[in-house]
Amino acid sequence: MAERVLMKGNEAIAEAAIRAGCRHYFGYPITPQTEVAAYMAKKMPKIGGVFLQAESEIASINMVYGAAAAGMRVMTSSSSPGISLKSEGLSYIAGSDVPAFVVNVQRGGPGLGGIQPSQSDYFQATKGGGHGDYHMIVLAPASVQEMASLTIKGFNLADKYLMTSMILADGTIGQMMEPITFEDAEIETYDKPWALTGTKMQRPHNIVNSLYLKPDELEQKNFQRYEKYAVVEENEPMWEEYRMEDAELCVVAFGIASRVAKNAVAAARAEGIKVGLIRPITLWPFPKKALRAAADQVKAFVSVELNMGQMIDDVRLAIECKRPVSLCNRAGGMIPSPDQVLESIRKAQKGEN
Amino acid sequence: MEHKRVTLFAGHYGSGKTNIAVNYALHLAREGKKVAIADLDIVNPYFRTKDSARELAEAGVELISPQFANSNVDLPALPAEAYRLVEDKSLYAVMDIGGDDRGAYALGRYAPYILEENDFQMAFVANPYRPLTRTPEEALEVMREIEAAGGVPFTGIVNNANLAHETTARAVLDAIPYMERLSLLSGLPIWMTTAESAVAEGLSGVPDLLPMVLQAKYFDLPEQRKQAPKPRPIFG
Repeated sequence: MAERVLMKGNEAIAEAAIRAGCRHYFGYPITPQTEVAAYMAKKMPKIGGVFLQAESEIASINMVYGAAAAGMRVMTSSSSPGISLKSEGLSYIAGSDVPAFVVNVQRGGPGLGGIQPSQSDYFQATKGGGHGDYHMIVLAPASVQEMASLTIKGFNLADKYLMTSMILADGTIGQMMEPITFEDAEIETYDKPWALTGTKMQRPHNIVNSLYLKPDELEQKNFQRYEKYAVVEENEPMWEEYRMEDAELCVVAFGIASRVAKNAVAAARAEGIKVGLIRPITLWPFPKKALRAAADQVKAFVSVELNMGQMIDDVRLAIECKRPVSLCNRAGGMIPSPDQVLESIRKAQKGEN
Repeated sequence: MEHKRVTLFAGHYGSGKTNIAVNYALHLAREGKKVAIADLDIVNPYFRTKDSARELAEAGVELISPQFANSNVDLPALPAEAYRLVEDKSLYAVMDIGGDDRGAYALGRYAPYILEENDFQMAFVANPYRPLTRTPEEALEVMREIEAAGGVPFTGIVNNANLAHETTARAVLDAIPYMERLSLLSGLPIWMTTAESAVAEGLSGVPDLLPMVLQAKYFDLPEQRKQAPKPRPIFG
């Protein structure tokens, strides 16, 4: 049959992970990401991989920790409340500098919330979530095709920097179906001399651990980790620009919100408003340079989000509050309409907030 | 196209069962039949028969839907009225079964009545562009799993080859060898071919064609959809 396949976003993540060499999946079902687990349950036994439905989210993230320490490409997936449960493990993984791949297909919150799409885990993903000084690489797909390509990218980045990569998607992209193509994945492989693979009596023991009882030692570990994070911030930001060439206004939106915002940008352009869009693809590292450059060009920004205004803080920090930034948002599982975004663009054009 | 009193649509999840069930029910109604459609999906809380409630009501098709459908309560409960589909023999009944074997478990409780009456069409909806049914052999495996779970044997295949908005008549025609192979493996006829109306216009030579109006919703403007699949430049 033809090369193109019709996939749900969640399935695209699972298939891409397998193509990236992931043979270990540990998870626990939750709407709206369950298709990731269902796909893995079907496929992993046929290709010699492991699918394991753990007794809880906490157990599954610690299985990820263990497999990562053993040098395996490993992943878990969940949705908002489940990621909160996994946060302790994410902190331990960060504190041990092992690579892991984690998917959050967000739903409305806080608490048990609802099952409709949301982007309200932006803070949790980009500012920590778990305890301690740490970061994760956070990737925000806006299409089913990107669910696949950013999954492969995520595994590569995790191994390259020995950190967790997280796909921060939402229920819409997880559930929607779009035709996609799996191009030959660029799988990067990295030696893992630190991995717990058995000494075979030929080398000293490797130890993977996040416990450092001497504060000066723990301080040094944190310093080293932040040197690594600085390299990531320098080299890995990704973003897309849409109609920014002559823009006087800049809409900032990621994931599904950027799809809605693009329609609004096109409609505003039809009215003669010179507006463009910057879509962060990595939420951490945040594409600060692109926004800083835009601040010298445009007179105002509009942040479009499916939450109460979280990314807007990073937009303001990136542009050092040089220009006004207004918020266009819905929350709790609601999605802004193109008309709502268009109205926000019109207001920004008039200098209103 | 011959119609049985009870028509069931089952298959791999995401193969297009709900769109087909709704369009088939509307088709029966247009032929002047008294039609009821039941949503028996206990797996997926999204994309339900109920999304087409208005169109069905306008066509005079009775919709039997779980109490919690489209309420965001992720509760797999079946409606008691669904029994009417097997008991009220004055109705033409259409049953939309949930995806895969997990979805078909819900069918088990109606299976004895359906088999006893023996006036049913159990259609396997196939889309070769879906990743887990890329080969006829994989589709056959799904077919057998559904039969084992639901207790009703399949009687025909629906060719619903599609790539959503990228579907062309060629894409549907390209799937014919796949459907023929599945027919050979399963011993079942290709009962129907389904396609969105505009695509169906290019399929005039295909027998038993059901043109469909889809419940699909898009996030992008039509011109942006046409520009896919080439992604725009990514910086960084």
